[in-house]
Amino acid sequence: MLKKILSIILLSMFVFGLNAQEHGSHESPNGDESHDSHHAFDPAESAFHHISNHNVYSIGPWNIPLPCILYAPEEGWSMFMSGVFEPSAEHHGTGHKAYKKYVLDKGIVKHVADPSFPSEEVKIEDVVTREEMVDGKKKDVSYVKYNGKEYKLDSKSTMDGGVFGGGITSFYDFSITKNVAGMMLVALFLMWVFIRVARTYKEREGKAPKGIQNFLEPLFLFIQDEVTKPFLGDKWEKYNPFLMTLFFFILGLNLFGQIPFFGGSNITGNLAVTMVLAIVTFFVVNLNGNKNYWEHVLWMPGVPAWVKTILTPVEIMSMFIKPMTLMLRLFANIVAGHIVIAIFIGLIFVFGKSGQLVGASYGTSVVSMLLAMFMMSLEILVAFVQAYVFTILTASYLSAATEEAHH
Amino acid sequence: MEHLSVAAIGMGLVVIGAGIGIGNIGAKAMESIARQPEAIGDIRSNMILMAALVEGAALIAIIMAYLIG
Repeated sequence: MLKKILSIILLSMFVFGLNAQEHGSHESPNGDESHDSHHAFDPAESAFHHISNHNVYSIGPWNIPLPCILYAPEEGWSMFMSGVFEPSAEHHGTGHKAYKKYVLDKGIVKHVADPSFPSEEVKIEDVVTREEMVDGKKKDVSYVKYNGKEYKLDSKSTMDGGVFGGGITSFYDFSITKNVAGMMLVALFLMWVFIRVARTYKEREGKAPKGIQNFLEPLFLFIQDEVTKPFLGDKWEKYNPFLMTLFFFILGLNLFGQIPFFGGSNITGNLAVTMVLAIVTFFVVNLNGNKNYWEHVLWMPGVPAWVKTILTPVEIMSMFIKPMTLMLRLFANIVAGHIVIAIFIGLIFVFGKSGQLVGASYGTSVVSMLLAMFMMSLEILVAFVQAYVFTILTASYLSAATEEAHH
Repeated sequence: MEHLSVAAIGMGLVVIGAGIGIGNIGAKAMESIARQPEAIGDIRSNMILMAALVEGAALIAIIMAYLIG
């Protein structure tokens, strides 16, 4: 009886409550033409807003400020909490104020390069985004309106050399953003859980496992017996901590992004995060390579000389391509799931705001909720599988790096 | 104005490749389960692992097609 009541409460929470996760259902207070983009709900823009990295942590209508650490070459370092911008609950978290020539546009800090913009804390009117042609490609450029004039906003510098639309701009963003805060939370949570479990193992020596041990022990032993020991053989104890950390950290990050009302953070769906994981793997694998490994990469024994000259560049390229595929595989799987879920929920708003039939939005809510719940369960499976695939491929590269020659 | 995006065609082709690949994995897994039903646990976990690797390649191509197109 209690179980039935609990399941009905949870189901109704999902059906009525998940609508609060999207911020698309707000009308803008001004009605002039530049705000037309706020009236029609854009599911694509809303989906990308929910998978990108912000400088405020927004949970529903509350915006929790995060520390901003910014550096502009002319102005030097600036460190402050992003609450200074007074992010609004509507407008997807655009700030009401500008501070030291920085503006919060839809949750992301941007910089005004124009020297005529005031440096102290000023109240701005609005931030508008227009699609323009920049270097022959269509890009979204944001402008801040202050005192009737429009000033162009620069996004933060990225190291992608313009491939993903970035480049070096007028400032560098080193803030504790939503993703960094999420990573710190997950790391602290994992440390707490594992230290408690390790202490419980010591105290309950020989007795049956109790509590959270029951969940972690099969996972831990699965990775140890199916991944570490078969691949690494005798040296498995040396690499077990690294592989376990990799698996549980990626699993924790993936699952953190699936928690429904907690701000919808998307940590492993960020190319920078997976790139760091891949770089760590690259260094661990190559620094632990023994003479046999480097011989195989640079001058493969056992093949004719002319084949060696073809194989060496291919092997060197594959040395870099293997971590790159690790990075892209994890990123693409997680971000694809998040985009699909965000679009399913956005369907509700498309039918509700822009549709002809008002009652259609209620029917769509139910159907879209069921689809989103199905996608979320699929995403939990993907979270486990992607963490496992990352770990097993790293173990395989490590075993190739540390195996002894067998002739 | 282009009404047809070549990137979208590329994405569709990638999904065809992924579908064929994962379909093959599934078919062979079903056959081996029919041959030896007691190995169903091992076969199932290996099938999911292989499907994740094939799907990884397909999703990489989809994301690249989106970013370039």
